[in-house]
Amino acid sequence: MKPAPFSYHRPESIAEAVAMMADLDDAKILAGGQSLMAMMNFRYLAPDHIVDINRIPELTEIREEGNTIRFGAMVRQRDAADSPIVQARCPLLIEALSLVGHMQTRNRGTVGGSLSHLDPSAEMPAVFSALDAVLHVSSACGEREIPIGEWALGFMMPNLEPDELLIGITALCWPVGHGYAFLEMARRHGDFALAGAAALMTLSGDGTIERVAVALTGVDTGPVRLEEMEAVLVGRKPDRALFADAAKAAESVAGIEDVHASRDYRRRLAVVYTRRALTLAHERAAQGRP
Amino acid sequence: MGERRDITLTVNGASVSRDVEVRWTLVDFLRHELELTGTHVGCEHGVCGACTVLIDGRSARSCLMLAVQADGHEVTTVEGLSPAEGLSPLQQAFVDNHGLQCGYCTPGILCTLTEFLETNPDPSEEEIRIALSGNLCRCTGYQGIVDAALAYARSNKGSAE
Ligand code: FES
Ligand code: FES
Repeated sequence: MKPAPFSYHRPESIAEAVAMMADLDDAKILAGGQSLMAMMNFRYLAPDHIVDINRIPELTEIREEGNTIRFGAMVRQRDAADSPIVQARCPLLIEALSLVGHMQTRNRGTVGGSLSHLDPSAEMPAVFSALDAVLHVSSACGEREIPIGEWALGFMMPNLEPDELLIGITALCWPVGHGYAFLEMARRHGDFALAGAAALMTLSGDGTIERVAVALTGVDTGPVRLEEMEAVLVGRKPDRALFADAAKAAESVAGIEDVHASRDYRRRLAVVYTRRALTLAHERAAQGRP
Repeated sequence: MGERRDITLTVNGASVSRDVEVRWTLVDFLRHELELTGTHVGCEHGVCGACTVLIDGRSARSCLMLAVQADGHEVTTVEGLSPAEGLSPLQQAFVDNHGLQCGYCTPGILCTLTEFLETNPDPSEEEIRIALSGNLCRCTGYQGIVDAALAYARSNKGSAE
């Protein structure tokens, strides 16, 4: 089908965009359009106003700030993957991006759009959960910072008021040479994942686990961070048995049930992919250790 | 009638100015207003890739973009990929390798491969298959398409050496 009629607005600054969001009723932000346009073509959504943020230069920057990378919300997935800063500091994001949709959708789709759309099986929320990201949100009343753990309020429901705009994401970088892995189960390359895991790891001089982070996608309404499992792993000497045992913690995830996979199957995948992601992150951490 | 706007963009190298309804998708604008019917419409929700065109040289789904968003940009459709007479070398490789049957998917696949083979001129079969994962073909089983892409890349390599 075709989108229902709407009024089109094209702000050129964040200030102009948030002023519009404050004034307009039933307005939707159009970023890369890879989800919103499909929903409008279906007339699953028919907003009165579209605020197109594709021409706001402030939203397209990737900046290294000390130990963090700040992504503008309109950074296209393709540009994030091509960024030397991201390649050097955040290989987890690069690995995950290669699984986000297809070349044609990454050329338009944005980092912030994926986080705001919040599909339960999207890769970006899990990646930014593992990276302890903070989301920067703006409205006519000012700015808010939201830790990624408080971002998902429910099914496809981010922690955003109707008049708020996600303007950026700050991710905490891990030390150079850290281990990382993003692995997922999808029926075909680029399809929505049934479940997937993001893992980060550093090792101490004696080869024990110094620091580890694991986040899952596809198993709950938002990303699931396995903090208890991480605490158990720190200080331990990694081997197959340790990872196989620790990954059982992923069995306790809520699991979502739909036509693509049952709850039990997703829980099973969560365990398997947690183990595999830990194993690969460890291999890479061992290689990268100075 | 809905809200309208004036837009000016470059389509296949020529500047085009039109008054468009803001809710028109780019693919409908290309087909109905500019009568460039080489770009096809399959699903209208970003799954099939039949509507793939190049926006500023990058492949994108023209059903997931509004015509008004193309204002000031450069759009290349399959018509822009072919020489005035005959076929481009990539198109010829499709003919030679049975890369199409009904041809519905072909314009989108040609646009996808144009970008892909520019960024990766010497791809493996696996890389080609991943690059094509966003374009559905209901006829060929993809084998002929992959063969065409490989043959094109190989002949280019030959001429470069
Ligand atoms: S018509 Fe655009 S992807 Fe199918
Ligand atoms: S040739 Fe018929 S869909 Fe591809």
